[in-house]
Amino acid sequence: MQQLIYFFQKYKYFLFFLFLEVIAVALIINNHSFHKSKFISSTNFISGGLYEKSSNISEYLNLKERNTLLSEENVRLKNELEKLHTLLDSTTIKAVIDTARIHQNYLYINGKVINNNFDKANNFLTINRGSKNGVTPEMAVINSKGIIGITDNVSLKYARVQSILNSKSSINAKFKNNPHFGTLIWNGKDYNTVQLTDIPRQTKFKEGDTIVTGGKSTIFPEGIPIGTVIKMPGELSAVNSIDIKLFNDMSSLGHIYVITNLNKEEIKSVENTNE
Amino acid sequence: MNKTLYIIFLFVFLLLLQGLVLNNVLFLGYINPYLYIVFVFLYPLKENRFPFLILAFLLGLFVDAFSNSGGIHAFSTLFIAYIRPFFFRTIFKKTTSDYQLFNLRHESFDKVFNYTTSLTIIHHFILFNLINFSFYNFSNVLINTLFSSVFTLVLYFLGSFIFRRKLT
Repeated sequence: MQQLIYFFQKYKYFLFFLFLEVIAVALIINNHSFHKSKFISSTNFISGGLYEKSSNISEYLNLKERNTLLSEENVRLKNELEKLHTLLDSTTIKAVIDTARIHQNYLYINGKVINNNFDKANNFLTINRGSKNGVTPEMAVINSKGIIGITDNVSLKYARVQSILNSKSSINAKFKNNPHFGTLIWNGKDYNTVQLTDIPRQTKFKEGDTIVTGGKSTIFPEGIPIGTVIKMPGELSAVNSIDIKLFNDMSSLGHIYVITNLNKEEIKSVENTNE
Repeated sequence: MNKTLYIIFLFVFLLLLQGLVLNNVLFLGYINPYLYIVFVFLYPLKENRFPFLILAFLLGLFVDAFSNSGGIHAFSTLFIAYIRPFFFRTIFKKTTSDYQLFNLRHESFDKVFNYTTSLTIIHHFILFNLINFSFYNFSNVLINTLFSSVFTLVLYFLGSFIFRRKLT
């Protein structure tokens, strides 16, 4: 007993050091698994609030650019709406039923990026929308130019988004002009390029082809732009991997949309009935 | 200045500086200074090391909260906080009886340089290894460690030169 107490006396700092390091390691491992890290992240009250304050200030620096982006998007949407109007006129069906929720598959929630990372191997963003605004984990986040990521950790007022620039994210994507699809990953090097892998061998594509989301998951709707093919592999191998240049500049993000799939529960329950 | 107040001020100041300003520097795209470890250099040496270890751990943890990185800053900051007395003994050739009178400003520049450089490089090396979390991009880890250490140290020496007169 005397020996034991003496041992603790002698190594008390080392034991304390080990104790704290074990906590840190536990937090690191927690952070590497999806959905688990709750306390030590930018969605908590203090750091989320501070980030919102600081982004409110720095927002003024690129107001002009953001406004141009938003007005470009408005013009595009207005044009599409006009096309749809003429379509409705010509196809005689004018009896517009009150289709508030009946045919709507996706619901958009607007928001703003208040913290952005793009230089690490696993990048996250923080947005100023949380469970109060109807955001839950595993929702798609996009902006007018293309995809950004998937929400993974939600607090009352803020949500953390796992960016596509994250070694853990893999998103179903396909070519715009042919039906073959693959998986979108990131190798952690350049924040402007991501990789598309697992493409079927018979796929024909060339540089400059557009890549869009595939719609084979309950998260992303089909057809959201991602980027263009910039580098072809020398020869086709089992692991086809091509470089995609993103439409989005991931280093400067402003306004975003969070997309809810209103039929998610139904799709999930249908998919799980076999078990 | 009151010692406790000075430590609290240093803690909050370095945390906010790191979280809101320095995390967004990204010089040339990936080089980032981690100036908050200056807390470990400047914390007064004491016989009882528990408060220091706890504070270093907490500082790392808060920086983690700002950069969404789990516990990697906490791990590496705690590590250099724990090995600090060893470097103190070998570089400054002093014993525990000198703790009270010791001040980093009164030491010669080459010793202070060795002390801060070795602690910074160890911290950054552990940090970038944990950020990477695999052996896949090891050359990247080494390059990042080297450049970010230089950046951190340049900022530290500039800062200490500027604030030298005011705080003494």
